[in-house]
Amino acid sequence: MIPLSWYLILAAGLFSVGLYGVLSRKNAVGILMGIELMLNAANINLVAFWRYVDSDSIAGQAFAIIVFAVAAAEVAVGLALVISVYRLRKTVAADEIDMLKW
Amino acid sequence: MTALQVIFLATAAMILFSAWMVVTRRNLVHAALYLVLTLFGVAVLFVLLEATFLAVVQVLIYIGAIAILMIFAIMLTRRVASDDTVVANHNAGWAAMLAVLVFSSLVIIMGAWSQFTTFASPLTRPGVPSNELGQEIVAELGQSLVDPDAYVIPFEVASVLLLAALIGAIVVAWQKDK
Repeated sequence: MIPLSWYLILAAGLFSVGLYGVLSRKNAVGILMGIELMLNAANINLVAFWRYVDSDSIAGQAFAIIVFAVAAAEVAVGLALVISVYRLRKTVAADEIDMLKW
Repeated sequence: MTALQVIFLATAAMILFSAWMVVTRRNLVHAALYLVLTLFGVAVLFVLLEATFLAVVQVLIYIGAIAILMIFAIMLTRRVASDDTVVANHNAGWAAMLAVLVFSSLVIIMGAWSQFTTFASPLTRPGVPSNELGQEIVAELGQSLVDPDAYVIPFEVASVLLLAALIGAIVVAWQKDK
């Protein structure tokens, strides 16, 4: 039997690795990958809480499905932005994209 | 140690190792392939948690769509992606400290929760034999997503969000004629 704490600690670790990736990556696509890791960590938690605490209802799984939809929307718009910026500036390094910096 | 625990620990080690590779690999194509491995490990966890439909959706949507979309974007911006000699920006030290801080505070806060080390009770539905339980859960999930008393509004909002993201992505990435 696996205690709930194992899932929660794993999800916390995965979230922290994703957070490090978002904050430290130079490449904009790398930043989006870090966001995907964080969303997956949240999804592990949702499903683990559903299974261990609230398995009589279906709320945890329904919420995880909504997170899937949001992740798909986020990555589609994010990658379109990356491609558009690459076309304008010939770079995807996040610290060189500073047109809004005054 | 039971077989389930061994499977969990092996999957967890694979997830954390490949996630670390995702955020540190210099070559972004390699990072994207490690991302696929991470997402697959999460699908294995969903199977362990008896959320089989979510495991299938994880493979279809995350690996089949999102990771492939990532690889497309990397290839479209490839010249820069491949000769990205510096992986991390100058904030990497602060980022690592913040990540460790978030991890330790999450574990400390959750450790104070009384149900932190709880075990799962067997998944049951009244009047459903155990060999039809999986189908029953999927049917329940599908009905709850279109049930006015359950989650039909979040479901419809999510579909509108996807449509808006679809149109927005096309508009943003559209190459105007010169």
